[in-house]
Amino acid sequence: MNGAGHDMAPILRVEHLDMRFGGLVAVNDLSFTAGRGDITALIGPNGAGKTTVFNCITGFYKPTEGRIALQYGDPGVWDELAALTDRGERSVARGDGVLFLLERMPDYLVTQQARVARTFQNIRLFQGMTVLENLLVAQHNPLMRASGFTLLGALGLPSYGQAERAAIDKAVYWLEKIALTARADDPAGELPYGDQRRLEIARAMCTDPVLLCLDEPAAGLNPHESAELRRYLHMIRSEHATSILLIEHDMSVVMEISDHIIVLDHGQKIADGTPDAIRNDPKVIAAYLGVEEEEVADVESEIP
Amino acid sequence: MAAEAPSSATRIDVARALREGALAGLIAFGLFLPLIGFNTVQNIHNELVLETRWPLLAAMVAIMAIGRFLYALLVAPWRARLALRPRPEQVAVAPWRAALGRWVVPCALGFAVVYPPLALSLAGVQGAVKWIDNFGVQILIYVMLGWGLNIVVGLAGLLDLGYVAFYAVGAYSYALLAQAFGLSFWILLPLAGCLAAFWGMLLGFPVLRLRGDYLAIVTLAFGEIIRLVLINWVPVTNGYAGISGIPRPSFFGIPFNASDEGFAARFGLEFSPIYRTIFLYYLILALALITAALTVRMRRLPIGRAWEALREDEIACRSLGINTTNTKLTAFAIGAMFAGFAGSFFAARQGFISPESFTFMESAVIVAIVVLGGMGSLVGVAVAAVIMIGGTEIMRELDFLKIVFGRDFDPTQYRMLLFGFAMVLIMVWKPRGLIATRDPSTFLKERKSIAGSHVKEGHG
Repeated sequence: MNGAGHDMAPILRVEHLDMRFGGLVAVNDLSFTAGRGDITALIGPNGAGKTTVFNCITGFYKPTEGRIALQYGDPGVWDELAALTDRGERSVARGDGVLFLLERMPDYLVTQQARVARTFQNIRLFQGMTVLENLLVAQHNPLMRASGFTLLGALGLPSYGQAERAAIDKAVYWLEKIALTARADDPAGELPYGDQRRLEIARAMCTDPVLLCLDEPAAGLNPHESAELRRYLHMIRSEHATSILLIEHDMSVVMEISDHIIVLDHGQKIADGTPDAIRNDPKVIAAYLGVEEEEVADVESEIP
Repeated sequence: MAAEAPSSATRIDVARALREGALAGLIAFGLFLPLIGFNTVQNIHNELVLETRWPLLAAMVAIMAIGRFLYALLVAPWRARLALRPRPEQVAVAPWRAALGRWVVPCALGFAVVYPPLALSLAGVQGAVKWIDNFGVQILIYVMLGWGLNIVVGLAGLLDLGYVAFYAVGAYSYALLAQAFGLSFWILLPLAGCLAAFWGMLLGFPVLRLRGDYLAIVTLAFGEIIRLVLINWVPVTNGYAGISGIPRPSFFGIPFNASDEGFAARFGLEFSPIYRTIFLYYLILALALITAALTVRMRRLPIGRAWEALREDEIACRSLGINTTNTKLTAFAIGAMFAGFAGSFFAARQGFISPESFTFMESAVIVAIVVLGGMGSLVGVAVAAVIMIGGTEIMRELDFLKIVFGRDFDPTQYRMLLFGFAMVLIMVWKPRGLIATRDPSTFLKERKSIAGSHVKEGHG
């Protein structure tokens, strides 16, 4: 399942990532890859450093050390990785393939140019704006170009009107996907919790990402909403050219939808593999259940 | 006991009202005796002498005591009865309010347009100058400043306490360039706006990373720096003495003077300063309306939505690929530009400017107007400017108060009291400003205004 796809031409390659806050080591020498078109899950006990990894990938933190490379288009551009690293530039293009070194980019460019979108553990919607406005703010950069960086738009040229209608059409497409069309004109802060979670994912998708990073998308959802979320994520992967990287504690979600799971504990990777391999990994069980290494065998024997 | 309580609260009880009134009078006497009862003044020999103001003290104490007595006698039982009564259906009120909302803007605009002829016909030529200049022009300057600051504070959520600095930049740009190069008002108006916008960007850069209180303090300091530079850079700005003899705006090349080439002579009218005043009134009205129109339009453009998104959640903005640096700088620059326009108009209207006109008090008044109006609401800001500025101007007209409080009573000295009173009233009744709801920038099926409780006030 996670075979050739992500080893040969992954979408994201994280190498020797280190993140220290003063004396605290949040992430320690972490390396992993996320396959193109895969759903990759990052799991681990509380405080394992999962959200820190997300913040490094999306440019909110500058990693202390390490390389985070993301590529879309023609995979041949991966050959340029070593040369790009030496040159000290942010990105390189070859044909229609582009390769980015995310650790060198500020947060907004990671979304704008490298096309990585993210959601947050504690939902960050624009609560005082309507559902539709939330989805339009996500399309800020194409709309900004269409409005001639405000100058042409302020004069009321028709080209901006067309661009705005296209943006509304796209927003409506996503509203239909998350079944919120009827509430398009309500403030986002009035939506129930589960709808807010789905709206935040739809808003991230409106930026046209190649990699969607979801920080605990199922947190606080009931079993019904959680099942709906799984269908939704499958739809995103199958109908859009978007790979998904997610942090999740809900094992029913992780085990069912992930193609590939990476387990972190105390900032270090302790396991990496398919859901089946992870389920039976003694180190993972030890990390989650909190037993000593020597007792793992005993614990394993008790698990059917 | 519980069943008895409502009936005792709703009954008119003279004894209790008298008791409460006497208590309020006693407290007022204790408070006002040192504050109002005694006054220290310097006499001719430069000595400090203690004066007493018993009539004023008595009047204040009487107001407090009688006010409390009447409240306890009439208002409190009425309110208690009101609270007991089941709430009437809200539906009956809705269409009336909707109609008011639809008509209030066109009516206000129409009134603003016919205001000068109305003042002329009601007050005559002599009286109209005061009404058009002191009320019309003065209020409209603050409406425009309020709408300009509304972009920074109301939309982008960045608290700027040094807004008057850009007003000063606009005023001094016009005054200095007009005197040095003899350029006309119509060339210098956009130039002053550009210069103010440039200074807005300069202020924007260092404060980009600041939030909340820190942002407010740094912008406040910036406003003071500009004022101190104006005071101390004597060779250029003439310091405290200010700049006088600033060229007045012309009617598209025709000056407003008594000469044969003047406005009155050209149009076959008898010379009067009223024409210039009326012209200035329509000029500031046009400038204010341009500010409003641009704000309304920008709110529907991606830049305006990004400002509001920035106010709601800056981190989410960055996660959506919005360059928050540029977004903040444009808000500062465009807000400052409107202050620059207003400043150059101010210099042209006064003919004289000095650093005295650009103190922190002015910034505070403009911020108060934006906050009282309801952050982000153009109508609310305009109403607040009319109340605050019109209120202080009306104080000058209340000569009858001298009969009540004595000949030495100067109502204009109490305008800060009016400010404070308005602030307290608004904060109690409408803590989010006169118009607290937010109008969405676009809609799919139906435009619904958003309750203020959902809208964030920004982090600055």
